[in-house]
Parts: sequence; structure tokens; C-alpha cells
Amino acid sequence: MLRLEKRPDPSRFWLYATPVVAVLMTMAAGGIMFAILGKNPFEVVRTIFWDPLFGEFAWYLRGQLLVKAGPLILIAVGLSLGFRAGIWNIGAEGQYIMGAILGAAVGLAVFPTENRLIFPVMIAAGLFGGWLWAMIPAILKTRFNTNEILVSLMLVYVAQTVLAMASTGFLRNPEGAGFPGSRSFSSYPAAANPELIAGTGVHWGVVSAILVVIAAHVLLQRHLLGFQIRLAGQAPRAARFHGVSPNRLVVLCMGISGALAGVAGLFEVTGPAGQISIDFNTGYGFTAIIVAFLGRLNPIGILLAGLLMALTYIGGEMAATNLGLPSAAIQAFQGMLLFFLLAVDVMTNYRLRLSPLGAR
Amino acid sequence: MLRRTLLATAALGLGLMVTGGAALAQGMDKVKACFVYVGPIGDGGWTFQHHQGALAVQETYGDKVEVQWQESVPEGADAERVLTQMALGGCNIIFTTSFGYMDATNAVAAKFPDVKFEHATGYKRDHPNVSTYNARFYEGRAVVGTIAGRMTKTNKIGYIASFPIPEVIMGINSYYLHAKKVNPAVELSVVWVFTWFDPAKEADAAKALIDQGVDVITAHTDSTAPLSELAKTPGLVGFGQASDMEAYKPSPRVTSIIDNWAPYYVKRVGQLLDGTYEQTDSWEGIASGEVLIGEITEAVPAEVKAEAEAVRDAIAAGTYHPFTGPINKQDGTPWLAEGQTAPDGDLLGMNFYVEGITGDIPQ
Amino acid sequence: MDFGAINPVILVASLMVAAVPIMLAAIGELVVEKAGVLNLGVEGMMIMGAICGFIVAVKSGSPLAGFLGGAAGGAALSAVFALLTQFLLANQVATGLALTLFGLGLSSLMGQGYNGIKPPLTGAVPFGPLADLPVLGPIVFGHDWMVYASVLIVAAVWWVLGRTRTGLIIRAVGESHDAAHALGYKVNRIRLGCILFGGAMAGLGGAYISLVRVPQWVDGITAGAGWIALAIVVFASWKPWRVLIGAYLFGGITVLQLNLQAAGSRIPVEYLSMSPYLVTILVLVIMSSGRGRAGLNAPAALGQNFHAAR
Repeated sequence: MLRLEKRPDPSRFWLYATPVVAVLMTMAAGGIMFAILGKNPFEVVRTIFWDPLFGEFAWYLRGQLLVKAGPLILIAVGLSLGFRAGIWNIGAEGQYIMGAILGAAVGLAVFPTENRLIFPVMIAAGLFGGWLWAMIPAILKTRFNTNEILVSLMLVYVAQTVLAMASTGFLRNPEGAGFPGSRSFSSYPAAANPELIAGTGVHWGVVSAILVVIAAHVLLQRHLLGFQIRLAGQAPRAARFHGVSPNRLVVLCMGISGALAGVAGLFEVTGPAGQISIDFNTGYGFTAIIVAFLGRLNPIGILLAGLLMALTYIGGEMAATNLGLPSAAIQAFQGMLLFFLLAVDVMTNYRLRLSPLGAR
Repeated sequence: MLRRTLLATAALGLGLMVTGGAALAQGMDKVKACFVYVGPIGDGGWTFQHHQGALAVQETYGDKVEVQWQESVPEGADAERVLTQMALGGCNIIFTTSFGYMDATNAVAAKFPDVKFEHATGYKRDHPNVSTYNARFYEGRAVVGTIAGRMTKTNKIGYIASFPIPEVIMGINSYYLHAKKVNPAVELSVVWVFTWFDPAKEADAAKALIDQGVDVITAHTDSTAPLSELAKTPGLVGFGQASDMEAYKPSPRVTSIIDNWAPYYVKRVGQLLDGTYEQTDSWEGIASGEVLIGEITEAVPAEVKAEAEAVRDAIAAGTYHPFTGPINKQDGTPWLAEGQTAPDGDLLGMNFYVEGITGDIPQ
Repeated sequence: MDFGAINPVILVASLMVAAVPIMLAAIGELVVEKAGVLNLGVEGMMIMGAICGFIVAVKSGSPLAGFLGGAAGGAALSAVFALLTQFLLANQVATGLALTLFGLGLSSLMGQGYNGIKPPLTGAVPFGPLADLPVLGPIVFGHDWMVYASVLIVAAVWWVLGRTRTGLIIRAVGESHDAAHALGYKVNRIRLGCILFGGAMAGLGGAYISLVRVPQWVDGITAGAGWIALAIVVFASWKPWRVLIGAYLFGGITVLQLNLQAAGSRIPVEYLSMSPYLVTILVLVIMSSGRGRAGLNAPAALGQNFHAAR
């Protein structure tokens, strides 16, 4: 009978092998699914994983990978700090929206003034908006012990309503013939977030994502707060003895993840999305949770996981257009990827042992 | 992203990649027509109808056309990428079937001047290769409103509205005006669901209206859910929206407003094929077949059916405009004088209810 | 028109119907959490139940078969969750979210071609003249049988958890899985059973949405109901009867805000549509304020995986 036995230390081999094995298993299982749908599995898998990187239009698509991965990485790094400490911010989508709204409102309030300080102030507003929205579940948890998963989640729905109010009301473009949506940021250079290097898709959001990955890595490895976060997650009692205030940690982690989600929203709205509209949010806040886990809550891992996830999105889109695959298949495929990763991950901390029957 | 920076790179790629075919004036042997959908083809409503149009193009031109599509494309950056991929992949004409694709369409059109872009329900045509098209749904509402006014027994009619944009407000006003014309005692209840497509919400909205005593409901949202809800109680009246929704004949669906994009799509691709294509802004209605009134079932009494058909035929013949004065705005100020018809500009920017409707447009 | 134009009897009858899916999903999740497992994949299981139930009902022509099919679909998806968390020891939060993602995608795939089809209708239970009573009629006697079944299920769960040995074992496993293991109970197997039950209930709730409440199939038809169900479990302090109250409250507010709009209320629409969520937060705060986790009644071992050390 197969049994799982805990390893004394996590296996270094499996730590790196897990994602690779998981991807391979997903390709196999996904291939079967695609075959059932009547498509050539090899072609589909190649379209998803190979073409965006090395295919015919890769010169364009590689940049798009960064556009897609940037916000995911930015949000996921923030979330991972909280997740490590057992603080579950599931409402990043709401913080993303609120940061975007606040930042955009600040920028549009001074339209059409041109000033180099406008964009930095908008960034600050984006950080603040997301931070504020995350403070609600944080304070409710520290003062009233209310479950932060549910509060942050409910606030996502509230944020979506506020977004609808913004698009059709207080941020609506006065020159937009009554249609919902704010002014387009591409027509307001001081507040726009354009590509920094032509054709690479790199905008300030992508740059920030990279900076944040480095900062988080340093924080977790070198800084006292990082140590406290790691400790709180793995040994909460020890953390308390060490003097880590759980409330302070909640406020800090929620705050950081909220702020990062908010600024990601701002970069997205002033850059790729282009304007505040009723549904500019495409679920990055939720996908980032998956990216955080895919990256094992480790900043460098998240960087790679974000790129992988972006690859499945972009490649999946191409497969949908060119091969007629239903887009739902790609969603199922992404879910499978996460499943396999979680399943294979067990090998990092446990090893398989054959035990004779009846030994228990 | 600034168009300038991408344009530089794209121009390089363009030279290698685009297989757009001969220049405009000469006509083409084969056209690749591509469609970008905001929802799934199977939604039985808005996207479904656009796809019927796409299929009609394939059927009409056979080998001379290749049709490709992408469904459920979110508006924003993803749309821009999909459009760029389509253009790079050799599409000659791309139809973007939702208002929210406006900026993406214009941005990508700048980078690919040889590819034609057709944007539904939009108003921006920043480049010569961008055309816009729309349908006069309010004409359909006029017919449906006439039936509603006649068939309501409680004198309460309902409208499930999506977003407070001019197109929807036009629909509400047209529906109410024509119901009131045949039934001065009628009252209108509007429920705003802030979505184009959410069956559960639409069913709930329908139920709420029914609970309030409304017995005729029309929806600006796309699913069959309101009809499902109406079907639970015999005697209630509803209408198919965007597609015919035949499963609910003969009642509660007594007729329907059908978006028929096929004539327009076939026309435009045909123009591309024989070299007569030009940039246009098209807003057609019942007259050219873009808005169809579905079969009026036996649940509708004969005189009412005749009345509704008369309205439809008058609109089709061009002798009647659904917004003909005297009409005042909700606050009493005059809008249209006796006999005056509404200019398109007023309709496209409509942000007021007409006199007689109670309640406010959400701000 | 003002508030007074809304008929309270019809309102109560409507909210009872609206509450059924979230009540079923919540009571299932309550059992799962009582056993110490946090399954965030309720949304995925509900939508799997919705499509499976729909397909079975349409193919067989029987709504009853549809409901069973929905329960089976939800349970099947939850089995994946059980495998990953109980036997492969994966993180419960992440697995639950993956379940939702996968469930949404798979259901959409399965549902291709089922859009716009009418399912066989579930009629109201024929109570005859009782249904015509003035107040009690619509509220108590005017519903389809799933409404009654859902209340019975809540009662059954309350009884089993509180009054039977099985319930005691489940609660023991949820409070301290190490102690339960030491006593000889097969922790993982018990949790597996509870997870499957939770999946079946969520599936049943989803099937109700696609077969009765809307009724049709469309991608994403559950529209977040699974998350609301999770909130209700916490709101209910893990007590079965409070799940009923929570579901009615949430269902009631949702129905009320639409009715207020239909009645021409002057309250801005946006605030009305936010209200169910704000009220849920408010109630959550009130329920949890001033007391620690023990007071909140959460199972002590909630969210932690169990691995027998030997």
C-alpha cells in the first residue's frame, strides 16, 4: 500500500521539479480534453505554449505576455505576503478596482493640465485607494474578529457597483455622447501609461512588478518583517512569543496587498485598458491568487508563475481564434494546471513509501 | 499604449505579414472576414445574432470568403491584442460587435490601414478604414409598445433595462410612447439590472415586476430568462429580444425584436469583393431589414396584430417615425413640435425620459 | 410609489424561492466545515450541479432525475477536492479556488449547445385549496417541492450533527483531528464523506438555479452564489438553523431591492444593488464582534490538513 511519509526537510529537487512536472501533466490531460473536443491535441498544446514564445507572431506576442503578466505579478506578490502569514485577502479584485477609480479620478480632476507630477500623484492615489479598500476587512478583523475572506469578497461586489456608478456617473466622459466610460487616457499624455520601449509591452506596471518582486524577495529574506511573516505562517505560537503582534501583521499585510492591487489597477486603466469602464476589470484579482500559489508564495516563483499564466491566456486565445477551441476549454485547462501543481506539490514535503499491508 | 510606438514596430511587421490583398478600388478575389464577439455564440441573444450574420456571409459567398471569429473577448487590452492578431493573421475586414471595443478598434485601425474595421454601436471613426454601424432598435420598440399598451390588463407595463445609455433610454421612451398612444392609462415600471446578460438577475427583475402587478414586460437584456419567468404564470406577455426566442411561442413571447445583421454583413463583404467599399456610418432599421419583427402569435387579438403590423409597415415605408412630435421631456419642457421628427443627433445623445414616465434615470 | 406598495406576502414567498440555492450550498458547506475542511470551491460545485442537472433533466425529461444528476455532478467535482486535500495534502484554500476555476470552465464546455433550451418544468406541489389561503397560502403552501426539501435538509443536518453519534464524530474531527485519530476514527475518510455531501448539496443548489429559478442554462449562471453561501456559513456561526435565517435574509434583500425598483422607489438603484453585500458585512461584524474564535463557534481545526504521522 502506498503511504505518504513526511520528509525531514523539503526536497530541493522536487521544489524545482514540481512546476515542470505539473505543466507536463497538464499538457497530457489537456491534450486528452482537446482530443475529446475534436481538436488535434499536439497542435493545441503547441499553439498555447510554443507559438506565443517562438511562433510566427511571437515578436508581438512576447510583449503581450508582459502586459498580461505585469498586473498578475504585482498583485500576487502582495497577496503572497498575507497568505504566508495566514491572512487571506480574497478581495484583491475589489482593491484593484478602487485603486483604479481613485487614481483615475485624481488624474481626470485636473484634465487637461500637463504636469510631470500628475502621473506620480495618480500612482499614489492608486496605492491609497487599494490600501483603503483593504483596510476595511483589516480593521474589521482586528477589532471585531470578522473573517477577512468574506468581508474582502463582499467588498468586491460593492466595488463593482461603485465602478458602474463611476462609469455612468461621476467619471463619465462629458464628451462621450452619453455613453458610459471615462475619458480615454491615451488622449491625456500627462496621465497616460504608455509603452516605454516600443513593441515590448513594457509599461510602468511591468516595471513596478519587477521592482516589487525584488523588494519582496529582500523583505522576506533580509528584513525583520519578512521573518515575522514567515514565522507567523509556519508557527503562530512561536511568533506570538517572539512578540509579533498578529493585529499589526494583519493590518500590514492587508495594507500592502491592497495597495499593490490598487496600483496595478491604476496602471492597467491608464495603460492597456485605456479608460475607466463598467467592466475593465478582467478578474486579475482572482487570477493573482492562483498565480501566488503557483509561485509557491515566493516572489521569484510568482514572477515565473505569472509569466506561465499569461502564456496560457495568450496562447489560449490564439487557440480559440485559430483552432476554433471554445474559450471555456482554456479556463478548464488553467484549472487543471493548478490542480496538477497542487497534487504534485505534495512530493516536496512528503515521500511515497510502500508499506506492507496491515502494518498500521 | 501610445499608438506611435506600436505603429513603428507594426509597420515592420506589416511589410512582412499582411496579406490583405489588392488595393481598395480593385475588388478582391477572396476576403477573410473576422468577427470579434463580446459574449459566447451560444448566448441565444446579441452575440448569437451577430454570428448568424457571420454564417450568412459564409453561406452567401462560399469559397470567396473565409470567416473566422473569437468569442467572449473582454473589452480593453485583450480586445486590442485580439484585433492585432487578427489583422496580422490576414483578416481583410474585422467586425467588432460591442460598443466597448471602440478605442481598441480605432487604435488597431491606425496600425493597419489596409484592413477594414467595422465597429457596432460606436461613434468614433478616427481613421478612414473605420466604419460604424448600428440598428434602429427603437423602431422595434414602437411595434412592441403598441402591443403592450393594448394587451396589458393591469395597465402596468415593465422594462428591464441594462445601462443608462442613450440606446436604452431611446428604447424605453419609444416603448412607453407607443403604449401610451393606444392606452392613455398605462404606467411604466423600469428595473435597472446593470448588465447586458445575466439570466438569474433578469429572472429576478422580471419576478419583481410581476410581483408589482406588471403583466407585460420587455427587456433590453439578452437572455430568455425574463420569458422563462413570465411563462410560469399563464396570461403574461413578453417579447423575444435580439433573437426570436421561439421556444416561448405562442405565449408568453407574442412577438420579438430580432437583430438581423446578415444584410449589412453580406453587403459590406460584397462591397469589398467587388471594389465598391467605402467608409460609412450606418444606422438602418426595419426598412432595410436590420430590425425584424418576429412572428406575431395567435395570443395577440387580430385587431391588435393588425395595428402593430400597421406601425411596422409605416416605419418600413418611411412614412412614420417613432419619435414624432408633439413630445415633451419628462420635466415638461418641449422637445419635438407637432409633426417634427427627432433628429438622429438628439436620439444618439438621449439622456432624458419623455413626459409621463415617473422615476429617474440612474446617474 | 413608496414602500407600502410592495406586498409583504408575495415578498416573503419570493425570498423563500430565491434563498433555496444558497441555503442548500451553505448547509452542505456547513457540514464540510464542521469536519474541519474549508472548501472554497462551492461556486465551482454549484455550477457543475447546474449544468449536470440541466443536461440530465433535458435528456431524461424528468426534473427529479435532473436534481439527482446535479447532486452527482457537484459530488464528483468535490471528490477531486477531497483527493487533493485529504490524500495529497494540498493547501485547502488554493485547491478550493482551483476547483472554482476548473468547475466554471468545465461546466461551460459541457454546456455548449445547451443554451436557450427549455428544461422540463418543476411544478408547485399541489396542495389544492390550502394554497389559496390569504397569507399562509403563498408563503407556506405555494412552492415547488425543492423549497420544502431544502428546509427538511436543514432540519436533518441539525438533527444529525447535534443528536447522533455520526454528528458527534464529525464535530470531533473538526475540533481536533489529532484527538479523533488517536481515538481510532478514520479522519480522512470521515472528511471525504462530508466533502462529498457538501458537493452534492452545492450541486443540488446549482441544479435548482438552472431548473427552477431561472430556468435555463447559460455560462456562469450561478453568478457568485457560491461565495454568498460561504458567507452564510460564517454568518450562521456554523449552526444549521441560522443558515436558514441567513439565506432568507440575503435572498430577501436581493428580492426586496428589485421590488423597490419595480415599485418606483426613489432610492438610487446603485445603493439598492449594493445593499445585500453591505448588509451581509454588517451582520458578519455584529456576529463576530467582541468574541474570540471560540465564541464564533468555528471548528478549531478548520482549514488544517490532517496527515497521520504513523
